This record gives sequence, C-alpha cells and structure tokens, in this order.
Amino acid sequence: MRIAIKREEIKLETLTSVGKVASSFLEEAKKKSGENLGLCYQCLKCTAGCPTAPYMDIRPNNIIRMIQMGMKKEVLGSSAIWFCVYCQTCGTRCPNEIHIGVLMDALREMAMEEGIPAKEKNIHLFHEAFIQSVRRGGRAHEVTMLMEYILKSKDLMKDSLLPGVKLFLKGKFPLLPSFIKGRGEIKKIFEKCTKK
Amino acid sequence: MKRLGVFICHCGVNIAGTVDVKSVAEKIGKIEDVAHSTDYIYMCSEPGQQIVREAIRDQGLDGVVVACCSPSMHENTFRKAVKSQGMNPYLCEIANIREQCSWVHQKEKEEATRKAEEIIQATLEKVRRNEQLEAIAVAINRRVLVIGGGIAGITASLDLAEGGYEVILLEREAALGGHMAQLSRTFPDLDPAFNGLLSKTLEVEGHPKIQLYCYSELEEVKGYVGNFELVIRKKATSVAGEKCTGCGVCIENCPVEYVSEFERGMGMRKAIDLLYPSSVPNKPVIDREHCRHFIDGTCHRCEEVCPEKAIHFEQEDERILDKVGAIVVATGYDLYPKEQLGEYGYGEIPDVIDGLAFERMLSPDGPTKGKILRPSDRKVPKEMVFIQCVASRDPDRYMPYCSRICCMYTAKHAKIYKEQVPDGQPYIFYMDIRSDCKGYEEFLQKTIEEKGLLYLRGRVSRVFQDDGRVRILGVDTLTGKMVEVAADMVVLATAIVPSHGVKDLAAKLRATVDRHGFLTEAHIKLYPVESSTKGIYLAGCGQSPKDISDTVSQASATASKIQALLSTDKLLQDPLIAFVDEGICSGCGICVEICPYEAREMDPRHGISIVHSALCQGCGACIASCPNNACELRNTSANQVFRILDTFV
Repeated sequence: MRIAIKREEIKLETLTSVGKVASSFLEEAKKKSGENLGLCYQCLKCTAGCPTAPYMDIRPNNIIRMIQMGMKKEVLGSSAIWFCVYCQTCGTRCPNEIHIGVLMDALREMAMEEGIPAKEKNIHLFHEAFIQSVRRGGRAHEVTMLMEYILKSKDLMKDSLLPGVKLFLKGKFPLLPSFIKGRGEIKKIFEKCTKK
Repeated sequence: MKRLGVFICHCGVNIAGTVDVKSVAEKIGKIEDVAHSTDYIYMCSEPGQQIVREAIRDQGLDGVVVACCSPSMHENTFRKAVKSQGMNPYLCEIANIREQCSWVHQKEKEEATRKAEEIIQATLEKVRRNEQLEAIAVAINRRVLVIGGGIAGITASLDLAEGGYEVILLEREAALGGHMAQLSRTFPDLDPAFNGLLSKTLEVEGHPKIQLYCYSELEEVKGYVGNFELVIRKKATSVAGEKCTGCGVCIENCPVEYVSEFERGMGMRKAIDLLYPSSVPNKPVIDREHCRHFIDGTCHRCEEVCPEKAIHFEQEDERILDKVGAIVVATGYDLYPKEQLGEYGYGEIPDVIDGLAFERMLSPDGPTKGKILRPSDRKVPKEMVFIQCVASRDPDRYMPYCSRICCMYTAKHAKIYKEQVPDGQPYIFYMDIRSDCKGYEEFLQKTIEEKGLLYLRGRVSRVFQDDGRVRILGVDTLTGKMVEVAADMVVLATAIVPSHGVKDLAAKLRATVDRHGFLTEAHIKLYPVESSTKGIYLAGCGQSPKDISDTVSQASATASKIQALLSTDKLLQDPLIAFVDEGICSGCGICVEICPYEAREMDPRHGISIVHSALCQGCGACIASCPNNACELRNTSANQVFRILDTFV
C-alpha cells in the first residue's frame, strides 16, 4: 500500500543510505577525537553547563547526536564548533567521559581539512592569535593576543571594551607578558605538531 | 456500669500539633463510665503500651479506646496489649484521630479538637456494646495448587515441594515451560533460556512431592483458605501416558501438518506432536481439531506405527477431584493480538513480526534453526528496524502501562542480530529506555557502544510495503528530523497482556482482576503477592508485566508465604463476621445471592439462611440487603451504628 505524502513539504532523510554515511562519519569523528561518541545517551549535562551554548546554533548534545546520525555537512558547517572555548566543563561533567572540547577541536580540524569555511567571521584569526600567544610565552597573554587579533581582523571589539577595562582595573590584564620556564619544550611541542 | 479507659496519642506533633490532646483527655475523663483517660506522646511505643497495660490492671478496666492513627496501623498492637492483661481483645477499639482528623484539619485547630472528642465518644459508644469474641479456628489442608507451568509456576512448585509440601501443578498446554520455552537467550547474561528451563522442568517431573497435570485446566473451585475443593479437567491427549516412551515414530509418520502457534506462525507442526522438542513431559498429544481420525476417520497412521500401542483414540476427558489449602495463580501473559496492530502492518506485511517470533527465529530449535532470515523470501536482512512500545504506553488506543521487558529484549535482539549479521544495521525506535534492574543499564550501554546501535527517539507514524522492502516513517526528536528507513525486516516489541481465560479463572477463584485483566494484589506495596481473596497467591506476569528474574523472585515469595500459612494445623480467622437471628430470618435467600464470597447458604431443614464462618469476610453486603434486619455484623450491630451516628448529629 502506498501513501500520499508530500515529500517536498517535510524533508525526509532516507536512513537506508544515511545509515552507512552515519556510521562512517561517526567512525571518523570517533577516530579523530578519540572520544567514544556512541555512549552519549543525551542527558544534556554538557549543554546545561556550557558557557557558550546559549550563543551556539547547535547545542553540544545535538552535535553528538548529529554525528551519530551522519549529518556531516551540518556539523562541520556549524558555528557551534567554533564557539567552543575548550573550558572542559562538559568533559569534566559528562557521565560517559566524552570530552566534547576535544571533539570540538577535532571537528574544527575536520572542517579545515574539508575546506568548509567557519560560519563566524574572523573566528580563525581569534584562534590563531591565541595559539601564537601560547607559542610565544607558554601561556596566553591577553593584551598582546588581543592586539594581534585586532590588528589582523580590523575588529575593534567595541562591545568588549567595557568588560576589558574592568578586568584591567582589577589587575587581570597584566601589561607585560610573563613567560613560563619550559619555553624550550613548548617550542618543541609546536614543532612536532606543525610537522605533517 | 462498665469501666472504660481512653488513651490519647500525640503521635509526636502529628496529632498534638493540631488537636489539643490535654483538653480532650480531660473532657473525656469526665464522662461517667470512663474510669481512666490519659494522653502520651507515642502510645504505640513500649512505654505507651505499658501505660495501657497498667491502667487495665490497676483500674480494672473492661473496655479500651485508643485514640491514635488508623486501625490498619496499630489495632493489632493494642489488641495484643489488652489481651496480655486478660481482657478480650475485641473490647479494644481504635478511634482514628490522625488520618480522619488532625491531618485533614491542620488549619482548623479548635474544630479539630472538637471533632477528635466526637470521634472518641462515638468509639466509646461502640465499645460499650461490644461482645467478647474469640477468633475462629479452621482446620487446614496442607497441600497447594499451582496454576500455570511457566517459570513462575515451576519455581513456586519446586520451592514448596522442597519445603515438604505436596503440590499439584496444573498446565493448560501439553508441556511445561510457558513462554520461557520459546525464548532464545535471556538478558543480561545471554544464557540460553532453554537449558536453564530444562533443568527445572526435569526436576519438576521427577519430584515425588509434585503431581503434574499437563493439558489440564481448573474447572471448578469451592471453599476457602485452608480448604479449597478442586475439580480439574484433564483433557484427552489420545496417547496413553504410561505406555508412551516418547520415541517419536508417530510424529514422523503423521501426514497432517498445520501452522504452529508455538513457532508464532513461522513453522509447522503435526496433528500428533510435542509442544516443542525435548519438552517435559516428552509425550505427544493428538490435536483433535486437526487429526484426520477425528475429522473424518480416514487416518490411523500413528496407531499403526506405535510400537507400544499407546495411541488411544477413544480416550476421554478426565475429571479429577482434589483438595488443597492454598492456590498460586501463575497464569502468565500473551502478546497483544496482531489483528489489532494494523498501523504497524502487522499481519499484513510478512516481514513484520513480533518479539516472540524473533525469539523463535533466534532459537537453535526454531523454524530457521537460529538463523535470522526474513519470512517473505528467507534472505538475511541487512537493515533491521525494531520498534518499542508497540501498544504499550498508549492509554487512548491500546494499553496505558509499560510492558517492562521490551526495552531490554530489544537491545538483546539488536545485539544478537549484529553478532550474526556484522554488516547489517539495526535501527531502534523508542520513547524512553527503561533498564532498571541489576546489570541492565550496563548491558544496554555496552551493547550500544560495541554494536553501534542507532536509537531513534520517537514513535513511528507509518509502516508500509514498498518495492519488496518495509518502509518506516518516523521522527528522531533528538535531531528534530523526520526519518524514513527502508528495512528488510521489522520486529515489534508488542505489549504484554494477561493470558487468555484469566478473567474466567479469576471469577472461579473469586480473585479480582484490574481493568486490563491483570490479577490484583491485596496491597501494591505491603502485600504484593497475595490476592485480596485469602489463600490465593499471585506470581509472574498474570499479576503485572515482569521479566524472568522478577517472576522467579515473586514465585519464591508466594512459596514462602504459603509455607508460613500452612505451618500451623489450625487457621485463626477474625470473628467480625455476619450472624443471623434465626427468629427473624424468613429464608428469602437474598443474602445468598448477594454474598461475593459464597459464605451464605440456605439451610433446607430450617428454611433459613446460615453463615459459613470460615468464608465470611465481614463485608456487610448481606446485612444491607436483608429486608427483615435478620443479619447483623458482630460488634458492628445496627444498634451500635445508630448510637455512633447519634454522637455526630
């Protein structure tokens, strides 16, 4: 028996073909991140505690679900994967030990490899400035990091000005960078990671 | 004049926080025949009971009212306390001033205090006219009937038999095992179900204390706890059990084949056959509806080939009379009938089957010898869909309850499927996953992790056939996407319903069933294995859906309860029952009709109605219906009731 259903109106994903894609994207993401994504039972602990979730287009729990369902294009093209600040709240709290921060990192890498542009403007530059700052001193130095970002992006971050001043007045933004002892090791780590 | 004692309990702040107990004690103490009135923080505590005992001794009381919580809590406590002082326990009554007063009037303290006084005064009116009564002693038969030969009945029978009690085990089918005989492997241990079952069935067959009647049903029950009289109907098997050696030659030679219900319609059976191979008892039965000898008399093949001359076509049903003291009802379940599951294509699409059919498919002795092959063309399904909550948790159209076993067996099914077809993809539609017993959640998570199961959250909307495949439309609420799966085979986790015929059986036993036909327990928390009818105990899915571990636990619980019941020679019963004033009774017989316990009967010699004291539960139906006021309830006489009403109005 056939039924009349207007397929244009509700977009149906045919899982028969998706099934194979699903498992391949899931396997890829699992391998790249080293996280066991099949364990997620959608308790939403990650999203509940995520400081950036309110700004994400897809919430962290949904990212995992969409990976399980093989929705590669949507996941890698989302702004959510770029919003993650790797604070590790999700991974610390996850009952199944899934470190979503690590996963998000892997997803960003996958997006870059696939040539999928980040949905958020300048977000690459921000990440780049952060990494460079760590490369220089072994830890992030906010002032030089933001200078670099502002110069490269031409984004004056007007809405962040007031909180920035407040933080500065409280002494949270030291003017001069302080370096860690093992800068030599940091250099080696960077060399090893950038070597293909 | 009587000397009555009133003891008012504070119940901590439960009563005293609302009712002014001191002033109540004082006022009640001024009543003429109240010799002693006092209050205490916890009257049910040992020092509280001591106050009651001392007052009886020192004041020479001949009636006691304890104003406290509900009589279902502590009536027994205080009746024992007064008995220890030589007072008849039925001269002690409870005035419930907690549940019926302080708890419901927490904001109206003055009125609550006044109401507490009235309740105590009303109870005093009752105690003034209470008779001294003795518990009724009834002789007891120390044998047990177990109805149903599934894992519940088997467990209860073995436990009781091991305890030294004689057991009659009744099974409707031709062999023991129930639904467990149809299962492949059990969750979460994945042990072969049949092996475990077989060791138990063989134990039953060889046990000297167990009388096994297969292919038999309970036709009639009379009597009451301790003394049930049974009529068992042993259906004609057409095979002489004592001669048959179970060689199977008759089965091989039988020319008639028909669709086997045991194989859930996927296999065939002969007109003379075993319920399943290596069944206990291992003796075939002739199905007279299908046997050609019984249809048109043209075939005698089995009779000709039987080397032991064990085929007796002329065998007739046998009626067996027996007596027992207690009954275990372990009638089990059926799956929701497929005729009513059209929305899932069930019954219409051959590749849509139910959980039990899939179990048969996975069983090494099943119709496919354990191989997963779809029924339509016997191909290995590469895409499988499992649908949970089919007809469960749907109060509008099907059953409102959760069938409890489906989540786990679906995970087990998907796991076994993935082991057998590693390149196959199982999809599971679910609403919630309920894995609430020992090791279940771990089993489930491990299975999902190892086998890469894809759980889709949502009910399916449509199942239909399309180009040789089964298409399933549904939604995954976790991504919010509509989904469509083209599957090779669909397994429905259909609802558990009570086994057919349970309502009739319950009526015979005077046990109650709920609106779905599950047998009801006396109290869901405190008396979960007792029926509200004394002497009837419940085990297994006949009471509510449950898995094998819970069923076995419950069956053992019934056995333990029954052993306690039958450990004495005489059974003591509450004497608060109906009695007849022989001078007034006109013998109209209305009470006989109305009594739900068959406790009323006409005495043909005197032309009046009598009460069977062991059967009467004191419900009062006969009293309300008697046109001449010839019936009364002991210690709740009409006079007492009117006096009680007078205090309130």
